[in-house]
Amino acid sequence: MQTLSFQFSAGQPAQGRALVGCVGSGDLEVMLEPGTSGTLAIEVVTSVNGSDARWQQLFQRMFSEQQMPALNISIHDFGATPGVVRLRLEQAMEALADD
Amino acid sequence: MTDANTDNIARLLQQRSFIELGARQRARALLDAGSFRELIDPFARVTSPWLPKQGIVVQADDGVIVAKGTIDGEPAVVAAIEGAFQGGSLGEVGGAKIAGALELAAEDNRKGIPTRALLLLETGGVRLQEANLGLAAIAEIQSAIVDLRQYQPVIGLIAGPVGCFGGMSIAAGLCSYLLVTQEARLGLNGPQVIEQEAGIDEYDSRDRPFIWSLTGGEQRNASGLVDAYVVDDLEVISEQVRSLFKQGVPVLERSRRHAWFLERLTALDATSQLDAAQVRSLYQGEQP
Repeated sequence: MQTLSFQFSAGQPAQGRALVGCVGSGDLEVMLEPGTSGTLAIEVVTSVNGSDARWQQLFQRMFSEQQMPALNISIHDFGATPGVVRLRLEQAMEALADD
Repeated sequence: MTDANTDNIARLLQQRSFIELGARQRARALLDAGSFRELIDPFARVTSPWLPKQGIVVQADDGVIVAKGTIDGEPAVVAAIEGAFQGGSLGEVGGAKIAGALELAAEDNRKGIPTRALLLLETGGVRLQEANLGLAAIAEIQSAIVDLRQYQPVIGLIAGPVGCFGGMSIAAGLCSYLLVTQEARLGLNGPQVIEQEAGIDEYDSRDRPFIWSLTGGEQRNASGLVDAYVVDDLEVISEQVRSLFKQGVPVLERSRRHAWFLERLTALDATSQLDAAQVRSLYQGEQP
């Protein structure tokens, strides 16, 4: 098990919060909460050790495509593949928009 | 295409699976629309202090969702276990959430608020990583069920796919009413534990038809060990839960009819292994 922290630049704090997913095999839990203006802070607790670079690449690719609102993202990962992680993050953003 | 086929397809397309829902969605779906209010929600971050010490990732709600709301307009508390997180195992936090919710519901009843309870059971029983703390929590859940069921029904629902095992199968047995689907299983020991103890010749845990023939929802219903057997359809399950609540507190709970069951077990000839049909006839006194 490993705890990783990431930071990206962001816009204004998001409104509301969201939770999607489950800490089940090959899945993950994503929690979104309003963050500090200008900062997207991500904390990942993952069952897979040595996966820092993979998470970094994934977030970089996702968050360079679009300006994100300021969020604190908390992830509990149980061996999800990058595709599943991306789907869950997008689902969480949608849930936030619906909130 | 025959009319029957068309009907079946129409029904399948309309049917909303309950089993496919996560624990939080299940709790929300069975409470009256808009009444769901979660207690100690995941953002409170009350998680297991024991799992990280053993290198295991926690879940923000510890795999247990407790919500207040109404069912048919009456105050209700729902506890739903998430089977996908650690096999729905109960540790210190998740167990305390369920026990606390049931104890408060009993308190409410004593204060004149007739709170009923619904347990959505999807659990392998105690979380081995939390050992005695999980066992203590399950014992508290069991005594809370016995306390609360004298005022209002406590309904247990086992939908699947995990089933309900270990100490929580005893908790299920203490409920005022128990509801199962075909996918559900109910047993004290899980199949792999029995295989390990009894040997693969006697109990092959990978033989699914065999396992379900003995511990599956249909068999448990035919053996009179549950109160209702329902299809995996949210509407049907919701109606069945409401109709059981309408019946009120049972005259005599199944767990208080232990003498009847013991009498049958005493008369049992255990020299040869029983099959599903023999178990049914044992509990019913007749061939199925």
